[in-house]
Amino acid sequence: MSDVNYKQIIADGLWNNNAGLVQLLGLCPLLAVTNNAVNGLGLGLATLVTLLISNGSVSFSRHWVSREIRIPFYVMVIAANVTVVDLLMNAYLHNLHNVLGIFIPLIVTNCAIIARAEAFASKNEIIPSIVDGFMMGLGFLVLLVVLGGMREVIGSGTLFANASVMFGDAAQGLTMQVFDKDYPGFLLAILPPGAFLGLGLIIALKNIIDDRLETKRIAKRQQEKAAAEAASKVIGGVPASE
Amino acid sequence: MQFDTRITSLVNDAPDISQLMKQVLYALIPAVATLLYFYGWGVLINLVLAVVFALALEGIALWVRGKPVKPFLKDFSAIVTACLFALTLPPLISWWLILVGLFFAIIVAKHLYGGIGYNPFNPAMIAYAVLIVSFPLQMSQWPGAYSVTGEWLSLSDSLSIVFGQMDADWDAITRATPLDEVRTGLITGQSYQDIVAGDHFGWLSGVAWQWTSLAYLLGGLYLIKARVISWQIPVSVLAGLAGVAALMWLVDSSIYASPLFHLFSGATMLGAFFIATDPVSASTTPFGQLVYGASIGFFIYVIRTWGVYPDSVAFAVLIMNMAVPMIDYYTQPKVFGDSGRAVHGKR
Repeated sequence: MSDVNYKQIIADGLWNNNAGLVQLLGLCPLLAVTNNAVNGLGLGLATLVTLLISNGSVSFSRHWVSREIRIPFYVMVIAANVTVVDLLMNAYLHNLHNVLGIFIPLIVTNCAIIARAEAFASKNEIIPSIVDGFMMGLGFLVLLVVLGGMREVIGSGTLFANASVMFGDAAQGLTMQVFDKDYPGFLLAILPPGAFLGLGLIIALKNIIDDRLETKRIAKRQQEKAAAEAASKVIGGVPASE
Repeated sequence: MQFDTRITSLVNDAPDISQLMKQVLYALIPAVATLLYFYGWGVLINLVLAVVFALALEGIALWVRGKPVKPFLKDFSAIVTACLFALTLPPLISWWLILVGLFFAIIVAKHLYGGIGYNPFNPAMIAYAVLIVSFPLQMSQWPGAYSVTGEWLSLSDSLSIVFGQMDADWDAITRATPLDEVRTGLITGQSYQDIVAGDHFGWLSGVAWQWTSLAYLLGGLYLIKARVISWQIPVSVLAGLAGVAALMWLVDSSIYASPLFHLFSGATMLGAFFIATDPVSASTTPFGQLVYGASIGFFIYVIRTWGVYPDSVAFAVLIMNMAVPMIDYYTQPKVFGDSGRAVHGKR
């Protein structure tokens, strides 16, 4: 299809229709594992890979699956993908896998993934579907890392602690001490209430930004309109004056 | 957040908010005096800092929301929240903990939900819960009462401890609260009777705590007399707590504390008369208030006895705050002339 609007897909996935911020999907893993940035990054990457493969395979096979059995079909495709991701992480990122625990297999139940399969991949060509999966996953990943980082900084005063469980020993230096060692740590941010408060604040911030952009856009449109009107008047007026 | 309640005030000369809030403050005077007598300057520092922080935060929140600042600051509600919160804090606590707590009380619990009259949760208890969950160590350092330790800290020493200029010798000045002492005693296998036989236990509870509780009781009775609060909530809170406590005590009086001890320990009296009765976050129907209060009493006992935190009033009140919309929904009083056949939800 030539009329696929990739720009729209990218904007939707990252911002306008962000899986976590706007659709509020996949909240359980989102809230549960984001007590630090590295956990958020780990789960975000796993979700991203799953979305990519599941969107691709659902789109690829969309002509052979009848409407009546599509949901069980999606679930089986997603479950197979998640099992692969789970085993791969267990093999190559064993420490991170231990930290994230049950939330890796639970990606199967992340409704963001089945929602994309149903809403996008089952109706579109393979390439746009994969792009959509990637962008949705990326939007979710960024949110997980931001929320995790926020909670980690407030809760324990560090950023990217335990980066070595993900990137190996070379990443020891990645850990940043944002506040000095005397910082007592605001435990609430790391506990579940902190996840809800943090997500609420991020959503509020997004809405504020959207509001600002919207008012700016309206103001700009009105300006353009006024300018166009003024221009048409001038054009209309030119012959008369000459 | 606004919940639909179908009770309207038909009283024309209802006193305004600031009048009610002032009466609540008057009712706190005996308890504040008692606390000052037992714990010294730390109590007063807590109160003053809390009021200053609360007014500043309230002013900032109103200004950011584009509301008129002056009339809302003058309604005393922020001051009452600040005072109730300050009275739950251990004396000599660091100043920034008070600020963090009030940030959650005023900004998060009150203004993010829409300001005065719209908060589903009691702001002072949100502040306390946030602090006790996040900073359990600092929040459980209760200095011993002056009458127990015999040491009276001067005002300047108290101030320098609060502002971190001087490190307090916490091991020397802190004492386990009666509730803590009973809990740890019971865990280590002592019988309840042996624990309360200690010399700093009075005839009801810890010496300082029983007098403070009596002072709260006095202030609370004044509030009922002045019709600032209705009798339903405090009576049902106390009855709910005492009922469960009595039952357990009768089952085995060596491992469960007596009902009187529960009534006069910790923040029971403060909670029953001043916290649970918050007109915004409490149930509004007469029967609903009984259900609400009795459930708070029940949860105070359960969380206090089998939980790990120093006291449970805040958690009990917050749990029941969540249930208030449902309680109000199912306890609507019958409208005069109602045939009685109306079905809930079909109005």
